[in-house]
Amino acid sequence: MDVSMIPLDYATLRVIWWLLLGVLLIGFAVMDGFDLGVAALLPVVATTDEERRVMLNLVGPVWEGNQVWLITGGGAIFAAWPLLYAASFSGLYLAMLLLLVALIVRPVGFKYRSKLPDARWRATWDGLLCFSGVVASLVFGVAMGNLLLGLPFGSDPETLRPLYAGSLWQLFTPFPLLAGVVSVAMLLAHGAALLAWRTDGLIAARARRIGAVLALACGVLFALAGVLVASMDGHVIAGTVDVSAASNPALKAVEVVGGGWMHNFSRWPWMWLAPGLGVAGSLLAALLLWRGARVSAFLATSTAITGVILTVGFALFPFLMPSSLQPGMGLTVWDASSSHFTLWVMLLATVVFLPIVVFYTGYVYRVMRGTVTPESVSENPNAY
Amino acid sequence: MFPELDLVILSRLQFALTAMYHFIFVPLTLGLSFLLAIMESVYVMTGREIWRRMTMFWGTLFGINFALGVATGIVMEFQFGMNWSYYSHYVGDIFGAPLAIEGLMAFFLEATFIGLFFFGWNRMSKLAHLVVTWLVALGTNLSALWILVANGWMQNPVGAVFNPDTMRMEMTDFLAVVFNPVAQAKFVHTVAAGYVSAAMFVAAISAWYLLRGRHLDIAKRSMAVATSFGLAASLSVVVLGDESGYLSTEHQKMKLAAIEAMWETEPPPASFNVVAWPDQEAWRNAFQVQIPWVMGLIGTRSISKEMPGINDLVASAQRRIENGMRAYAALERVRANPDDQVARAEFSANWQDLGYGLLLKRYREDVQNATPDEIEAAAFDTVPQVMPLFWTFRVMVALGFYFIGFFAFAFWLVSTGRIENSRRFLKIALWSIALPWVAIQCGWFVAEFGRQPWVIEGVLPTFYAVSGLSVLDLVISLLVFFVLYTTLAIVGFRLLLKAIRKGPEEPSGASADAPGVQADPAMLTAH
Repeated sequence: MDVSMIPLDYATLRVIWWLLLGVLLIGFAVMDGFDLGVAALLPVVATTDEERRVMLNLVGPVWEGNQVWLITGGGAIFAAWPLLYAASFSGLYLAMLLLLVALIVRPVGFKYRSKLPDARWRATWDGLLCFSGVVASLVFGVAMGNLLLGLPFGSDPETLRPLYAGSLWQLFTPFPLLAGVVSVAMLLAHGAALLAWRTDGLIAARARRIGAVLALACGVLFALAGVLVASMDGHVIAGTVDVSAASNPALKAVEVVGGGWMHNFSRWPWMWLAPGLGVAGSLLAALLLWRGARVSAFLATSTAITGVILTVGFALFPFLMPSSLQPGMGLTVWDASSSHFTLWVMLLATVVFLPIVVFYTGYVYRVMRGTVTPESVSENPNAY
Repeated sequence: MFPELDLVILSRLQFALTAMYHFIFVPLTLGLSFLLAIMESVYVMTGREIWRRMTMFWGTLFGINFALGVATGIVMEFQFGMNWSYYSHYVGDIFGAPLAIEGLMAFFLEATFIGLFFFGWNRMSKLAHLVVTWLVALGTNLSALWILVANGWMQNPVGAVFNPDTMRMEMTDFLAVVFNPVAQAKFVHTVAAGYVSAAMFVAAISAWYLLRGRHLDIAKRSMAVATSFGLAASLSVVVLGDESGYLSTEHQKMKLAAIEAMWETEPPPASFNVVAWPDQEAWRNAFQVQIPWVMGLIGTRSISKEMPGINDLVASAQRRIENGMRAYAALERVRANPDDQVARAEFSANWQDLGYGLLLKRYREDVQNATPDEIEAAAFDTVPQVMPLFWTFRVMVALGFYFIGFFAFAFWLVSTGRIENSRRFLKIALWSIALPWVAIQCGWFVAEFGRQPWVIEGVLPTFYAVSGLSVLDLVISLLVFFVLYTTLAIVGFRLLLKAIRKGPEEPSGASADAPGVQADPAMLTAH
């Protein structure tokens, strides 16, 4: 197909795909975030096997579909940002392996846990489910934190072969760990908010108390991380960029400047809305959970998640993955995308299928609506 | 030379391990989802409770298997980037698209409705639940479609061109990628193989119940569904597999020649080596038993066309490598001076052979200066290992014909009402349960191992596509995957056995373990 027939120009499509990347990440964090949160909270919110089953069966009917936000997100990064996919997944190899272990034990844990009555069997799976929730949340946050620090990668300017010079342990430095803790607090608070909304009795009461503390911690620590980011070195493209050029990160120069991640917020002050939503959503969620609100607290944690992820995206823009090793080889929206044609084809596919997905996901949630109780669990022979 | 060969071998081993594990669970999901939908349809149409119990029972087994399919599938999506980062950069512009669409169009559908399949029984009308079950089956099979579009492109990379400015392949024709004949043939062949495995699974377990005289009402009906589905599927898998073979003649001549151990070009119509003992060192078969004409008919659908042998294909690879050196030299000039139009024109004329030029990267960095010896060595690298391909292919084909015979006979036994008394056949059915998996793993081995040394046929050599990881990284991940997958597979297998031993729920009043044919009251109403 002739590229000139595509009604959207290359730069616009790149920005759209940057936004869609955000949509998929937020979709994943809001939808699957509570599955991770509920799994992580299993040992602290529930004391009996019956209570644990209530928690598991709250997310049981929907977690599988929710996880597809991550799978599709991975596929979309591959299709729309192949250089990002190649550099980040291989560069963070052992961290990705850790994440995969967490994500591999999860489907099996949900499905197999209640298949046998044996207490040790169930305790083992509960432990693994908790591990998967905590580790996956932590790794996502640590990855976000490292993005802001820049990752020690580059590429051979001739072949564009990604090269990486870091190790697993180098990822777990203080700032990324803080980001990891924010992520854990955020997703666990989100899970707690769902429990407070859709269960009752002791589970809901405990979830409210724990959730309020976690949401408060998320808001405070996120604000603290923001203060640290303000004084951190940020990356800025030097000179003018051709936003429609062929994707090749080797063709630009990058300056590393103190406070560089704040430039976008000064240039476009409306972007302050994102960190505002992150902090306000968390604090509001804490308050609402403490006061016993149900749906509204869940909406507040969802807002907080949206705000936090947008904040990172806005701070980095146009960078997707800054490089601490060869700053000029950092990947940006303008030089790490697929071709004009592929972005267009993928946009068409997304415009057609994403609304359909949202529609039938809504239908499934409507069928499964209502409070989950020990009785509703025991009457379903397929229950987890 | 870059990259290290140890790293390449370990990366390939890991991909093979994770993919083959994943494809233990996927075929059953593909086929069983349809069998569930068929059983539930009968329930909704006839209103007979037994068909609901059947759906629930086979659904339980489906669920245990599905969890492992999902668990091992997540890895598949991520490890292109993790272990094959240069591949991901080089072809992500094309290869990523079907993967992303698979998520959007198929996996979302399957995974969202699988929850309702298990949790929605009492919350929806019968008809709505049936629709959910069909949507799960549809999503599962659409998922296979897009994955095989991606894999088909690795076998026959159409609709794309190399862009010197971005140093990668870029998509030019999406429809060519989707309607790639190789992808379409692979899709129907692969899903049909999945249906055979599910049919065999249901038939073998039903046979076990019949042998034990347990759950006869459900076992007989399940056997009937499985044998008719299995007969149709096994016929399709062979017919559609033949179509794959025909397409290989056009697109993967070397793979076909290796499968057939055809060292020399055969005069038309080529004969078929039924058995042979290929000797790769001596470049001939130590012995062979041939049927005249058959290969020509399969490969060219004619008696007048030639089938090229390995020797001639190596010679043509050598010519393409020499051409690839010209492409590479022109590419270097374009990279040095992007405005050099002469170099661009020369590159455009030869880019189709750039991949052949990259084969030389195993021997030297500056491929444009390769010596004749290196060129010859690279040309010989295009020949895959003949012996394992020759034999795994024959195991697969033999099993394919066995399945046709098996299901045809089973269908006849079921239709004439003799199945429950044919104890010998029931035992054969029970012992055949693993055979579809043997055939399927052989099939994937032929498809992927037969493509070597290419990861993308003719475009990108496998050794050149890996990530810049350390051998230690790979050793760690291989160990983690091996231990984790094996543990989970054992756990899942034992849960399956337990669920099979327990059997379907009995209608209230009947004992789940009621032995003896005559004692079972359901027998009276079974006909």
